[in-house]
Amino acid sequence: MTAFSASRSLTARDVGAKLWIISIWTLLIFFVINLFGIIGAVVTSSFATRWLRSWLPNGFTTNWYASAWSEFQLSDVLMTTFQVVGAVVVLSGLIGVPAAYAIARREFPGKKAMMLVFLLPLLVPPITYGIPLATVLYQTGFGGTLTGVILANLVPTVPFVILVMIPFIEQIDPRIESAARIFGAGTFRLFIYVLLPLLTPGVLAALLLVLVRTIAMFELTFLTSGPTSQTLVVALYYSVFAAGVRAVQSIDAMAVIYMSLTLIWLIIALRFVNPTQIVTRGKQARD
Amino acid sequence: MEATIPLRVRLAARGLDGVTLLAIPAVLLLVALFLYPFSYGLVLSFRPKDGSFFGNYGHFFSDPFLYKTIWTTLALAVPVTVLNLVAAVPVAFRVRRMRYQRLITTILVLPITLGTVLVAEGMLNYFGPQGWFIRTLSLMGLGSPSSIKLVHNYWGVFLSLVITGFPFTFLLTLSYVSGIDVALENAAATLGARAAARFWTIFLPLLAPGLAITFCLSFVQAYSVFPSAVLLGAPAGPTRVISIAAYEAAFEQYDYSLASAIAMIMGAVQLVVVVGVLMSRSLFYRGPAAGAKG
Repeated sequence: MTAFSASRSLTARDVGAKLWIISIWTLLIFFVINLFGIIGAVVTSSFATRWLRSWLPNGFTTNWYASAWSEFQLSDVLMTTFQVVGAVVVLSGLIGVPAAYAIARREFPGKKAMMLVFLLPLLVPPITYGIPLATVLYQTGFGGTLTGVILANLVPTVPFVILVMIPFIEQIDPRIESAARIFGAGTFRLFIYVLLPLLTPGVLAALLLVLVRTIAMFELTFLTSGPTSQTLVVALYYSVFAAGVRAVQSIDAMAVIYMSLTLIWLIIALRFVNPTQIVTRGKQARD
Repeated sequence: MEATIPLRVRLAARGLDGVTLLAIPAVLLLVALFLYPFSYGLVLSFRPKDGSFFGNYGHFFSDPFLYKTIWTTLALAVPVTVLNLVAAVPVAFRVRRMRYQRLITTILVLPITLGTVLVAEGMLNYFGPQGWFIRTLSLMGLGSPSSIKLVHNYWGVFLSLVITGFPFTFLLTLSYVSGIDVALENAAATLGARAAARFWTIFLPLLAPGLAITFCLSFVQAYSVFPSAVLLGAPAGPTRVISIAAYEAAFEQYDYSLASAIAMIMGAVQLVVVVGVLMSRSLFYRGPAAGAKG
């Protein structure tokens, strides 16, 4: 591409093209600066002693973290978060991966309809199906409990695992499995010695994405959780919602704790997956 | 003859064997937690407190406090989605050929992963009257802190939908843009087509289906905005979006029937827009975006 344009002398068109490129870059850089400004403002505020009517706080302190930890009962909230996220990751792997294997390997009647059922929770936004789902959970007694939160969070994560895993399983040659069978491996041995090692990278990537998405999943947890089953992001929402009750620095300290938790897992996840995979829903993912 | 073939074998011939059964837990889960609640909500929405069949829907469309939420939400979601898409396409075309593509995509994935609640908390500070953004503007002489208001109104929600929505739209667009074979563009360039001509005659027709899907997914996300409309907007008035109305019906008035009706209306509006966009997609080129030779 560059070979065509580089050799020509500068014309009005080239100037136009340069301006176009510069304006796109300006747009992108402006966006990124504001994004870092938003994140930076939270971090700065969480360390601020007093920050009113000035560019930077009057002084810095780490006391807000201790006060946020006790004010918002963060040890309980974090415990709940880990329980929810852990259960969702394990269950969506246990339910999703075998289903993806069945869909990738077999043609059967009703497969198209099944795929539609798996696609819908990823296309319909959580708040739309979350309200009827919360209604059902509250009527069956699961509403407000840890189990209810976990069940609700499985609705988008199981289909997500399935859609990420299907193309991954499809590219594993079925003849490898046939060969193992011919050499006398039973289903169990086939699974442990052949499939599991081959599937591990894909399962790892899918589950890391589930992990990051579940930590940040606000809507479903918000609609189904009770006072004792709030995850960190929901607790953060309530504290921002009730702004003025607590010091803003304390809320920001909690926000930084939430942010660090998310970012640690995002960084780990990005070692195995492409950033675009976080938004694309498996099917469109190309690397 | 057929009776002598065991049922197991006949089922296996149609693709139903032990392996197929592995899909059953997932199907049961989705039926119990997605299809059943949805159908239950639909039925419940026709059983309002007053007993009439269409009571909730009649109530929704006669109360301006409720039916206006549709327009409030559309007035936010449509401009934001169009803006995000219009900005995402040229940026995706530039980033596609860049060395630091991964760095840029990683930065842009941050607001999506951090989520709307954290972005809202950061924006309250950053775009607030004493925040860095307005300070910078007034430093440059572009306005005073008292004249610009960027939070607790329409623009607060709009900006938050840009901050979390643009990266989403961009990353989806990028995955479609990178799916187009470079050879097609090279061929057009060799034949003398300028950048603009290449875009309008080669890329846009190839991208149209992908852009239609990107538009739908971005729109549906923006249309279901909830936390930022509460935290950054004016949830009692200008940014009382439809999800707030549904939430209030369910968790403040405990009228699950009305809440289900509002959720169904919300789903229906999204469906109308999505179907409309996907139908118009059939007016464009449909076919492979890869080159003829593999």
